[in-house]
Amino acid sequence: MIVGEQKPLEEIMGLLGDARKVLVVGCGTCVTVCFAGGEKEVGILASELRMKSKLDGHPMEVDEVTVQRQCEWEYIDPLEEQLKEYDVVLSLACGIGVQAMNERFPDMLTLPGLNTTFLGLPEEQGVWEERCQACGNCVLGLTFGICPIARCSKQLLNGPCGGSQNGVCEIDPDTPCAWQLIYDRAVKLGRVEQLLEIQPPKDWSSSRDGGPRKIVREDLRLVEAE
Amino acid sequence: MAEERTNPTPDLQAGGNGYKSGSNLERVLRAGHFAVTGELGPPQGADPEVIRRKAHLLKGVVDAVNITDNQTAIVRMSSIAAGVLAMREGLEPVVQMTCRDRNRLAIQSDLLGAYALGMCNLLCLTGDHQSFGNHPTAKNVHDLDSVQLVRMVAELRDDARFQCGDEIKEMEPRFFIGAASNPFGDPFDFRPYRLAKKVTAGADFIQTQLIYDIPRFREFMKRVVGMGLHEKVYILAGVGPLKSSGMARYMRDQVPGMIVRDEYVDRMRAALKGIPKEEKARRRKALRSTGIQICIEQIQELREIEGVAGIHIMAIEWEEAVRPIVEGAGLLPRPTDFLPSPEIGGGAGGGGQEYE
Repeated sequence: MIVGEQKPLEEIMGLLGDARKVLVVGCGTCVTVCFAGGEKEVGILASELRMKSKLDGHPMEVDEVTVQRQCEWEYIDPLEEQLKEYDVVLSLACGIGVQAMNERFPDMLTLPGLNTTFLGLPEEQGVWEERCQACGNCVLGLTFGICPIARCSKQLLNGPCGGSQNGVCEIDPDTPCAWQLIYDRAVKLGRVEQLLEIQPPKDWSSSRDGGPRKIVREDLRLVEAE
Repeated sequence: MAEERTNPTPDLQAGGNGYKSGSNLERVLRAGHFAVTGELGPPQGADPEVIRRKAHLLKGVVDAVNITDNQTAIVRMSSIAAGVLAMREGLEPVVQMTCRDRNRLAIQSDLLGAYALGMCNLLCLTGDHQSFGNHPTAKNVHDLDSVQLVRMVAELRDDARFQCGDEIKEMEPRFFIGAASNPFGDPFDFRPYRLAKKVTAGADFIQTQLIYDIPRFREFMKRVVGMGLHEKVYILAGVGPLKSSGMARYMRDQVPGMIVRDEYVDRMRAALKGIPKEEKARRRKALRSTGIQICIEQIQELREIEGVAGIHIMAIEWEEAVRPIVEGAGLLPRPTDFLPSPEIGGGAGGGGQEYE
């Protein structure tokens, strides 16, 4: 899932500037599951904004709404009429939701209330870890299901750098070395020889490096391309 | 022993003797001499005098000198530019190149330039993470990893092709290709295999991480020799003089991928025994001479290990220590009958003389 984290209140207040009427829009999907931008967090943030703006001497009117998925037109289209009452919208969705709102409602400025952090999973209650960088060319089949693009600090494809020690990455003792994990798994599966093959330079054109990405599935399109 | 080495991709272009680059370092190793390389860290500024001063301390003491590339992710003078300055002082550089700061376009372009300027040794590295340095908010590159970098440089030389496959029509850069190995990193069992990958990719020589755990290095080399890698690549064992017990402790406890045995920490501490705290100069001298003495003993011990073809001395910001170490280890004078000459030298510039 997409994991996000709320921006500091001070930064949000700065973004909102002198807006007097604000609609906070949550998202019921990924950011709800990671406790960053669902209905509950929208309620808490809206209260904080009301209190803070009152304390600052410029009280804001803050309303709340949470849609099922802020990244799909059909879920945000019903907001159109409601939005007209506000100076600005504060989205607690990921960056995709924020952009969807701005794209769909070009007359209304939607500001981000979250930092979209990564694609990952909850390792345990309250702890999320990155697992995928969406590089567009999955290497998990070569690395026994552990991604060196997302989990190695240097995105190495041919084994650990010299900074791997006692199972942890050189950048942080709380970050496991992805290549230690890959090697251990290879040993367990009896497939170390697979790691002896030299992996050629990665084709990054499927990643962000190739420019913004797009998938077109003609078999699914309702309108045929011209 | 060294004369019997196999030359995996014999090449006759660089002087007709099967030299790959014709560099002094390559010649020394090929002739079977126990090689000595040093390290020269470029300054955090644009003063060429720093390079000249350090170069004079190393001239005639080492066969080639590594010029670090933004070491520990701290911005310093470019390794290629500093290499040119070192060459003007009569030193042969080993240009270090990391994957952290450049993509495959920038690396290849810089290598064409480095070769045109007369560099002919290259050390291919992953690079320390930028979070250690003075620009921790920088974006890193890692388009290639060090194994892929070695292969790319080998293909530039041996196939005269760029990484994309395009032919190099005018003049291909012919580097003597180095790679690093850290016998103290984990997983330990994979380290010899990683070295093997670098050899398969085209490495001609290997320089290891600083060794302060000889038993572990011995075990590593046993595996390396068991795999026959020492017959395919020249392995230079990395050493460095300790300046204090604090430095030894710091490296033991704080530097990822390093192992420092307590005996070194203890010996450095013992060096101060009986010298009062206020006698700073005496303490300093005692520490430094102990650091140098330990390093000499290490070299003598490492030299006896099968498969070790030379020594790589990293006297970080203490270049003055290199001469007494090399001398103390009985490795002076350095062989001089292999000095690079314009006729058979590696780079298009054919050596440093041109830049004086």
